[in-house]
Amino acid sequence: MTGFAGFWMPLRYSGETAEHNAVRRAAGLFDLSHMGEIILAGAEAAAALDYALVGELSAVTPGRARYTMICAEDGGVLDDLVVYRRSDREYLVIANAANTARVFAELTTRSGRYDCSVTDATSDYALIALQGPAAVQVLTPLTELDLATIKYYAGADGSVAGRPAWVSRTGYTGEDGFEVYCAPDDAPHVWNTLLAAGVPAGLVPAGLAARDTLRLEAGMPLYGNELGPDVTPFEANLGRVVKFGKPGDFVGRAALAERATTGPLHILTGLTIQSRRVPRHGYPVLADGRDVPAGYVTSGAPSPTLGVPIAMAYVVPDVVPTAVDIRGEAVPAIVTELPFYRRRH
Amino acid sequence: MSVPAELQYTPEHEWVSVEGHVATVGITDYAAQQLGDVVYVSLPAVGSAVTAGEPCGEVESVKSVSDLYSPVDGEVTEVNEDLDGDPALVNAEPYNTWMFRVRLDGDLPSDLLSPDQYDALTKSAG
Repeated sequence: MTGFAGFWMPLRYSGETAEHNAVRRAAGLFDLSHMGEIILAGAEAAAALDYALVGELSAVTPGRARYTMICAEDGGVLDDLVVYRRSDREYLVIANAANTARVFAELTTRSGRYDCSVTDATSDYALIALQGPAAVQVLTPLTELDLATIKYYAGADGSVAGRPAWVSRTGYTGEDGFEVYCAPDDAPHVWNTLLAAGVPAGLVPAGLAARDTLRLEAGMPLYGNELGPDVTPFEANLGRVVKFGKPGDFVGRAALAERATTGPLHILTGLTIQSRRVPRHGYPVLADGRDVPAGYVTSGAPSPTLGVPIAMAYVVPDVVPTAVDIRGEAVPAIVTELPFYRRRH
Repeated sequence: MSVPAELQYTPEHEWVSVEGHVATVGITDYAAQQLGDVVYVSLPAVGSAVTAGEPCGEVESVKSVSDLYSPVDGEVTEVNEDLDGDPALVNAEPYNTWMFRVRLDGDLPSDLLSPDQYDALTKSAG
């Protein structure tokens, strides 16, 4: 167990490598109840989010979701978000636990002149993620929802194990899967029912450690590692989430437009390490012919799927990294296209 | 978890087994659980001199890396080659998975912990 954003959370249940492999080959069950849920509701909720976030949330049809970000005026990322449009006038914003209070405060301020309410509903929701190729098979008998109609980045109101839930086809593992938002009082029943039903299919409970290696293999950024107030979406190679063509102004537009023109200050780069030593967050990245570091590692881990250490790093433009300084040793590294892992099914 | 009664321990969570002038060293169950899945153990070279309380290797796990300390003074006579191919042995059987052996140079350090003392240390650490 480990302290995480005010929650006491399992780093692992049995072992992170077995949990990771179960998610790639069968399925894993994650308790993500620490994540923040913020509801915007009202006639102008869509316009408020278009102004507050970098994405065009007014263009999202009810029942669909978007990956997006909230930025400061200077373009720095305050959080990365998944936003569901649950109806014409209601959005559910999912924030990282450590950022929920800040996101709620910013959304409240930024929507002040719009006809919409902003509610921090974090304590109203537990979140259970069922991830992996067996997810459909496990969930199908436990819900009346037709899962085939819930496409990637979509969601629907229904029930799971007889309890009301918002069920979305989203995740942070690089696998197919679902996220089940339910009342905290219903969560133990939903968790236990899913787990019992999934065991024959290979479902295991999975902790934060496996979640981190899964998202790293999938090339997904983690706030605090790849994302933070000192980078814009363009550094993280996620400039596509910034919708300059949407109606009206939005917070950060001027700074982001400039960064889109000048190009990112650092390039998010995938590295595969030619050693069994593991690059870790903050380690310097080296390039031939440079006597100062060309960048630094943002996330690194031994990849259970690939069998070698992998890392994401921020590197200055126009430089090819050749090594990572692992506690004083220049360990050779090969630039690798992100993501490291892409599912085939 | 139980702490084997026949071993001695260090505050850095190593266990030591002494036979004659040779000390055998591994890491404790508590250490293995704190590290999580071990993926690589970097051991001292055979023939190298090690000093009690000084780092002589590294244990890499999925989530972190930790120094491996020598609990004794002496010369490394042998390292566990099995760990190279199967570092997960450390998690599976920490007290049966030795890491390196040292020919003792002089006496054992006086500050090694008894099983009871080590048990108390891990319990106070939570």
